[in-house]
Amino acid sequence: MTATTTSPAAVGEVPSFDVTLRIRRYDPDAATPEAFWEEFTVSAHGTDRVLDAMHKVKWDLDGSLTFRRSCAHGICGSDAMRINGRNRLACKTLLKDLDPSKPITIEPIKGLPVVKDLVVDMEPFFASYREVMPFLIAGKNAPTKERLQSAEERARFDDTTKCILCAACTTSCPVFWTDGQYFGPAAIVNAHRFIFDSRDEGAAQRLEILNDKEGVWRCRTTFNCTDACPRGIEVTKAIAEVKKAMITRAF
Amino acid sequence: MQIHQYDVVIVGAGGAGMRAALESSQRTRTAVISKLYPTRSHTGAAQGGMCAALANVEEDNWEWHTFDTVKGGDYLVDQDAAEIMAKEAIDAVLDLEKMGLPFNRTPEGKIDQRRFGGHTRNHGEAAVRRACYAADRTGHMILQTLYQQCVKNDVQFFNEYYVLDLLLDTDLTAAKKPRKGAPVRCSGVVAYDLATGEIHVFHAKSVVLATGGSGKIFKTTSNAHTLTGDGMALALRRGIPLEDMEFFQFHPTGLAGLGILLSEAARGEGGILRNGEGERFMERYAPTIKDLAPRDIVARSMANEVREGRGAGPHKDYVLLDLTHLEPEHIEAKLPDITEFARTYLGIEPFTEPVPVYPTAHYAMGGVPTTISTEVLRSNTDVVQGLFAAGEVACVSVHGSNRLGTNSLLDINVFGRRAGIAAAEYATGADWVEMPQDAAAYVVDELERIRTAPAGEKVGDLRKALQETMDANAQVFRTAESLQRALDVIDDLRARYQSISVQDKGRSFNTDLLEAVELGFLLDLARVVVVGALAREESRGGHFREDFPTRDDEGFMHHTMAYAVATKDGDTAIRLDKKPVTVTRYQPMERKY
Repeated sequence: MTATTTSPAAVGEVPSFDVTLRIRRYDPDAATPEAFWEEFTVSAHGTDRVLDAMHKVKWDLDGSLTFRRSCAHGICGSDAMRINGRNRLACKTLLKDLDPSKPITIEPIKGLPVVKDLVVDMEPFFASYREVMPFLIAGKNAPTKERLQSAEERARFDDTTKCILCAACTTSCPVFWTDGQYFGPAAIVNAHRFIFDSRDEGAAQRLEILNDKEGVWRCRTTFNCTDACPRGIEVTKAIAEVKKAMITRAF
Repeated sequence: MQIHQYDVVIVGAGGAGMRAALESSQRTRTAVISKLYPTRSHTGAAQGGMCAALANVEEDNWEWHTFDTVKGGDYLVDQDAAEIMAKEAIDAVLDLEKMGLPFNRTPEGKIDQRRFGGHTRNHGEAAVRRACYAADRTGHMILQTLYQQCVKNDVQFFNEYYVLDLLLDTDLTAAKKPRKGAPVRCSGVVAYDLATGEIHVFHAKSVVLATGGSGKIFKTTSNAHTLTGDGMALALRRGIPLEDMEFFQFHPTGLAGLGILLSEAARGEGGILRNGEGERFMERYAPTIKDLAPRDIVARSMANEVREGRGAGPHKDYVLLDLTHLEPEHIEAKLPDITEFARTYLGIEPFTEPVPVYPTAHYAMGGVPTTISTEVLRSNTDVVQGLFAAGEVACVSVHGSNRLGTNSLLDINVFGRRAGIAAAEYATGADWVEMPQDAAAYVVDELERIRTAPAGEKVGDLRKALQETMDANAQVFRTAESLQRALDVIDDLRARYQSISVQDKGRSFNTDLLEAVELGFLLDLARVVVVGALAREESRGGHFREDFPTRDDEGFMHHTMAYAVATKDGDTAIRLDKKPVTVTRYQPMERKY
């Protein structure tokens, strides 16, 4: 097997290579549902992503392999999974970056109930998100035209507006694994996005919610979330800023 | 089987669906049914901006925006609709700001605006800064903001439910059509819960289709895997016509070989297209606005460069998007996502290397025909009562034969809002329409047939064949021969689809089964695209016929209305009709940039 990286000049002329996917399977409709590992080998090209290889399995070998996906370029947040032990988006992880000479392990993200194969129940995740009041809370006296906001004020919360709610961060968090009640990084990121928005007036309420015993203080600063974020959000830093705002009430 | 009853049911939770839901849910009992979690919708992939003549950074007005939209659409735009869109654009942007959308700002703190293809000052004099934006993730911020507002307003969602049938009180596929003016009413939809495999019938006074586009009929596309034209196909199968389906937009700058979108904002911010010889070739095709010509012109120019041997790369099969002359800080601030796409997917550093690009199937200008109030038309003049459509699934028509960049984010906000209001108002005054006795029978039978079919044709094989023939024969350049080739393949695939089978026989989360259903939609829609393209023997906007390379206003200054008509053998045929274009202020002129 030869794994070959392509130079940009060679787009359209990419040698193929074989790659083995070792996938965690679970079929709730089986007579005795039980999780197990299954390996598939498919041929791939230089620019193929993990998602492409999974599609090859699904479309050519085993149609029952089940996973979520939609946009296929890292924007919709559907296909977060645990790839070689790390949370990533399957559509944003190139096979050639993973050492395709060894089997690539693919498991569902951890800490949420597995529904089927790589599909987990996202409801607990979205429930935490909804609890932090993830929407602008502003006074009734809005101006006729837009509210003014300086470029600096806008930049203050830019990083956390990038969140695509894929759950890669929350399901990489050891605290969340052991305590599913913890709000988790994604919910805090989305609270941060409003707490530091100069147009918002709901910071005090959100900080009160996150001051809960399952709130920001559960964070142990392991940085797993920052490593996992496919959008490059400095998640741990955002959580630290929320903690600081809670103490100083400055936001 | 479960039965639900709502005044308004909205199908789809992208920008149009959620904008509609925000209006409708405040007025009447509303449910949103979506095959994805709302934040997965493809509105989130839109990048560059949303145009509105705010005139925050330079002189502008909605009349210029209307003109650009009409001219951009090569005069197939219904001008009354374009005027509404350009006028309401201003409030649509301000509404989003009030909902919290984090627009980029000017030094004075106002919403910043930038240039975009085909948007000009004073009827084509020069490019104008009209696109309001949030870096290069404007669609993401619109989708997130609308979802946030839905959370705030406690909108009820049925997530990962696939709507698979539309319930009407009259069979419109029958040879005998209801007479002109006869009431035809919608009574709800049939949906499939992906998690459990259970059927849910939604009895509704109003249904809003907001299911998005159908880009997956092509192989190289910027569209999500889930963009399979569900709403369009459901309407077609129930005898509702589809309008202008032959007009499909190919976005100039897809990442070569992958189709992933690189926003036109890259050119709005100063990016330049170059051929393999390093030449800025758009100067030859559009001397005035060059790289910021409308997408159909740029895409065709790129394909022509490649065809005439001036492509870049080892096979000379793409051109280059050059950002290297721009300040890295400027690129990083204005185009962070798309530069990351180039790095991630092609290993290209856009600060120092030009990016390989080629046209990618991007947007269906056509769709379910509607009035300017978003009511769905069943003929040129009659509406289906209680049925509405907005966004890419619909054809108002504000995009004519070629949509201008940013006008889709505008469309979903303006007409999504209108649909929500219209659906709620209709539901408030209307009586319940009785559903057919066996409302779910068709869907149940069809799903069981596919799920239990013995080993037969595979979804992946048929879909691949469809997408390859569409790319080869119905893309930027078309001829009667190429289109006939595509049609022959499609006819063959439709026949083979009768013996489609799936490997997953389970009830829970059976995506294998749903991909088979979606393939059926794609086949039906591709046929309409190709049949329409064959009949339109002229070149206009996104539809270019090499055998008829000029626009022919005498013969073809009309919308195409395509109907699926039942045939004796139990299949359907596509019957084409014409619908006049609404012209108010602007008489067709030669389209030069």
